[in-house]
Amino acid sequence: MQQLLNGIFIGSIYALFAIGFTLVFGILDRLNLAHPAVFAASAFVGIELVERGGLSLWAALPVVFVFGAVLGLVIERVAFRPLKNRADAHFAGLISSIALAGMLIAVLQWRYGPDTRRFPPGSFPDTRFEVFGAQVTLVQVVILAVSLALMVGLTYMVTRTRLGRGMRAVAENPTAARVLGVNVDRVTAVTFAISSALGAVAGVLFAINVNTAQLGMGAAIELKGLAVIIVGGMGSLPGALIGGLLLGLAEVFAVQHIGSSWVNVIAFGLLFVILLLRPQGLLGARKVREV
Amino acid sequence: MRTKLHTVAAAGAAALLLASCGSGESGGGESAAGLTGEGSGESCTIEGEVPLGAVLSLTGAAASYGESQQRGLELAASELAEQGGVTYDLTIEDDQTDPRQAITLFDEFVNDGVSLIIGPTLSNAAVQADPIAQEAGVPVLGISNTAEGVTEIGDYIFRDSLTEQAVIPQTIEAATEQFGLEDVVVMYSNDDAFTESGYEAFADALEDQGVTISETITFSKSDTDFRALLTQAQENEPDALVVSALIEAAVPLVTQARELGIDVPIIGGNGFNNPRLMADAGEAAEGVVVGAAWNSASDNPENQAFLQAYEAEYGSQPDQFAAQAYTGLKLVDQAVRANCSAERDSIQEALGQIEDVPTVLGEFSIDENRDADHPAVVQVVENGQFAVLQ
Repeated sequence: MQQLLNGIFIGSIYALFAIGFTLVFGILDRLNLAHPAVFAASAFVGIELVERGGLSLWAALPVVFVFGAVLGLVIERVAFRPLKNRADAHFAGLISSIALAGMLIAVLQWRYGPDTRRFPPGSFPDTRFEVFGAQVTLVQVVILAVSLALMVGLTYMVTRTRLGRGMRAVAENPTAARVLGVNVDRVTAVTFAISSALGAVAGVLFAINVNTAQLGMGAAIELKGLAVIIVGGMGSLPGALIGGLLLGLAEVFAVQHIGSSWVNVIAFGLLFVILLLRPQGLLGARKVREV
Repeated sequence: MRTKLHTVAAAGAAALLLASCGSGESGGGESAAGLTGEGSGESCTIEGEVPLGAVLSLTGAAASYGESQQRGLELAASELAEQGGVTYDLTIEDDQTDPRQAITLFDEFVNDGVSLIIGPTLSNAAVQADPIAQEAGVPVLGISNTAEGVTEIGDYIFRDSLTEQAVIPQTIEAATEQFGLEDVVVMYSNDDAFTESGYEAFADALEDQGVTISETITFSKSDTDFRALLTQAQENEPDALVVSALIEAAVPLVTQARELGIDVPIIGGNGFNNPRLMADAGEAAEGVVVGAAWNSASDNPENQAFLQAYEAEYGSQPDQFAAQAYTGLKLVDQAVRANCSAERDSIQEALGQIEDVPTVLGEFSIDENRDADHPAVVQVVENGQFAVLQ
């Protein structure tokens, strides 16, 4: 039982990371590799707000959310927009976002040094519950709830609202979208802002959950986030959630039944099997692009 | 005085030249420089100043260690100056936490004709710089190197710092006795050379004590979520968790273990011997058992005197680095006085024969591998501080 819950909670972290990631990757079709740097930066900024600024965590979270959104705007403006008219805009953006991530991490290292940092003890109530004999912390419940809420909320936004329709239109064909009256630059910028703000909140929750924040924390989860998005189905937010949970459970299963050294082999192997059976991902619609 | 120093240097350089020519009679002309004296032990009197070099990391990443070491050395030097008979001219240089700088400084010291070199602070610098001294026949005393293989560089390389391989068996023995361990779960990060060798030492020590390892669990040094692994460990209902990990992984691991309700002792390797464990893991760190080289609370007279003198001089508590540095210089004095000679070869011989000397670190000997041999202290975290396990 404890292992099942462990898997669900690890998975919800992956999902939380992946949902922000996929908003740009899966819907706008841009791979923003500065996302993991935002994840790390916001954790460090959150720690500083609580430690030095004396804010409570609840007050720090909205500040971090805004911080992430601003970073997202910067990333879009610096790494993606100047390249948008190139024929290879997708790849160029991918590369320039890696460069930006490198710069962000370097600034973090200059500001905070290479050491691991953490939220001061007691900055989050360490309430624990017992569910069927298994230990669950409040942070874990919050993370799961936030992931679920985001998944539902963002799915609604993407499918039902004007902004969401704008996003999908931009992804499909920017020129056509512009002709139809969509402000392409604005929609793109807003999408980046939301995506990064979610990444920022994920970073803070992650740092609290494992009681540690490192410069490389984003890079460590990046690959898993991408895998989760692809297995869940490109552009599908519920897919990202399910993919995340699946990966978390697969890892726990591997630890329990095969051995801790085999975690990555088993977990990623399983993802390959899924892709072999369903190349479009669990909830992905088979996309046909006609040229 | 300047001129005297220069003669010493010249004599040393000449001796070096002779030695490297293979004439084998390097000892011959040097007594003229006054490095050999009359008497023995406490009555030993050497006319000339004995030149000693120390290479410490006073700036850069290891600066905090180097600073403690400098204080320890200077305290010992001022005490030795009061004692009289033998005067030491100790020169401390900064290697900037850079092995290449350490190599340069070793070269300079060798050419300046020092009788012995203390340091360098970090093992990776030692591995690269010590061969220079070994080749020139200058004895080296490491005061903080704990990596395997440092003293294997050659017969002129010594250290007074206990290796993890020396501390771990004592830790396991004490913990087995204290907690009546029968079966344990071992966890270690298998992608780091330091923690892997720590794991091997743990596995050997557990076998020696007849403790069963019911499961061995590996993780990556960059992992931060250990809940699945810990739950797996918990299902074995171990008497203790034995963990070889760096401090970065140790903190989340300990926190999450307590969160999951694992309240058995957690026995850690050298990576756990860090005050950040208590600072960052808070209450979860209670009950963590760690071995260390120096027992700050030891009531042996040498240690009490050291604590008092250090506090009076610097207004703060010494750490293990200061204690090992202080002990290092005192051991060098022992070795010089043993034959009442500060010739390099004489010090080398005498260092190797150090046995059961009462020091700050306890009864101290140099073993046949030129490594330190003295009792380790097994600590347990109690009320947010390391206390002696007893």
